[in-house]
Amino acid sequence: MSTLPNPAPLVTQANKAFWDATAEGRFQLQRCNACDTVLWFPRRQCPSCWTENISTFDASGKGIIYSFAVIRKGAMLYKEAGPFVVAYVELAEGPRVMTNIVECDVDAVKVGMPVEVVWHDTGQGNALYRFRPTA
Amino acid sequence: MSIRGAAYIAGIYEHPGRDLPDKTVWDIHIDVALGALADAGLGMEDVDALFCDGTAGFGVLTLADYFNINPTYVDSTETGGSSYLAHVGHAAAAIAAGKCHVALVTLAGKPKSGWQGPSFSPGPEAAFEQVWGMMGAPHSYALAAQRHMYEFGTTAEQLAEIKVAASIHAQYNPNAFLPYAVTIDDVLNSPMVADPLHRLDCCVVTDGGGALVVVSPEVAKKLGKTNAKILGHGEAVKHTNNGRIDLTHTGAVYSGPRAFAEAGVTVKDINYASIYDSFTITVLQTIEDLGFCEKGKGGAFVADGGLVAPFGKLPFNTDGGGLCNNHPSNRGGITKVIEAVRQLRGEAHEKVQVPNCQIALAHGTGGSLGSRHGSVTLILGQEDA
Repeated sequence: MSTLPNPAPLVTQANKAFWDATAEGRFQLQRCNACDTVLWFPRRQCPSCWTENISTFDASGKGIIYSFAVIRKGAMLYKEAGPFVVAYVELAEGPRVMTNIVECDVDAVKVGMPVEVVWHDTGQGNALYRFRPTA
Repeated sequence: MSIRGAAYIAGIYEHPGRDLPDKTVWDIHIDVALGALADAGLGMEDVDALFCDGTAGFGVLTLADYFNINPTYVDSTETGGSSYLAHVGHAAAAIAAGKCHVALVTLAGKPKSGWQGPSFSPGPEAAFEQVWGMMGAPHSYALAAQRHMYEFGTTAEQLAEIKVAASIHAQYNPNAFLPYAVTIDDVLNSPMVADPLHRLDCCVVTDGGGALVVVSPEVAKKLGKTNAKILGHGEAVKHTNNGRIDLTHTGAVYSGPRAFAEAGVTVKDINYASIYDSFTITVLQTIEDLGFCEKGKGGAFVADGGLVAPFGKLPFNTDGGGLCNNHPSNRGGITKVIEAVRQLRGEAHEKVQVPNCQIALAHGTGGSLGSRHGSVTLILGQEDA
């Protein structure tokens, strides 16, 4: 099983609230109060109806693997990681988010597999959301 | 307004080099510009419109300065490897509107001998995509391939057929980076880069470039060359759709119908197709999305030499494509147009020339199927089409 690096994300004005919540183990999503669309990734206006009337809520942290790739040899920070998995996980709330699948043999990962979030501290005041197979 | 018949491709040039340590990117721009203009029977002094991607310094400002020309129309549309097909469509529209008569499109880059490529500033998605170890296109396209396999039962052998067909063509191209035929087993036995894509599912990395000259009908008439008539153009951006990315379709589902409608032709009329082949999966999905076969049946379509020229169901990428011939600057769009024009002129290698090729399609995919990409479809015809 590979050990992945935990690079800090590029925190901006638009996404700071999301990343601050990760420090507390909360996967915060936005919902448009006008049209009920769940947004991804965080932003100020709803990309469906352009209102700024948006609220946040804590997602369940559950999802299924929509697709994945096994990267046999990473580069830069991931150079020494060994084989690892990049995936899109479809959250129970709708959005498909890019992430890593962890705590699972890379050759055992399947599309459709149920997964749950785990948090990996970046040491920079936030944590990366990764997913492992649901026990 | 339609661009059908409003403009012609009168000049093409593909740099013969694949490893150019002694040239600057700017040398290559000049080489290909002069090559395409000479092919058309024109000179730099005739150019009144300039098109390039967003990687060439300060775009058209840098190139107009270096070419020492004063264009009346410029465009630095940046849609990755599909940019140059967009440039052709935009040039045709500008010519139709009377803005210019001789448009020059150039591409140059050196990813093999010394990367001097683009560094785009991070977009709003960066924090959510750049921390997972996704480095480069193979990782991202693998996501698309995996989902296509899951939804439609596409196999690694079927994807390999695409590489095999390209390699059969490449053996007749002395300039090809990989000028030899490979087998399905060669592809399957090559190292995994990002499952399910093997190394031989990926395009080559080459230095080089290419150029196109797009002219008005008045200019075309005065030139001695056989020109390719621009019949139709469609473009689209396919993106992550507010976190609902769909990995099994490309933007060709949008750009294709637009181009076919403008050209007034259907898939049945296409004698030859240049299909963007950054990866084997790019070709498979594009063929489906353009309507050459039912969605999900691309694997069966490409099997048993379906793409092999001159007599396959859909002869494709007869130069060897990005998979074997050339992918200059990590961007294969301009070579797609160049080989389509060669086919229409009857200038492809005799082993792969499609007999009486009257209508050709060229399709570009730039960016990534795994996130956001630009799709551009061009339909070209013989001069009297």
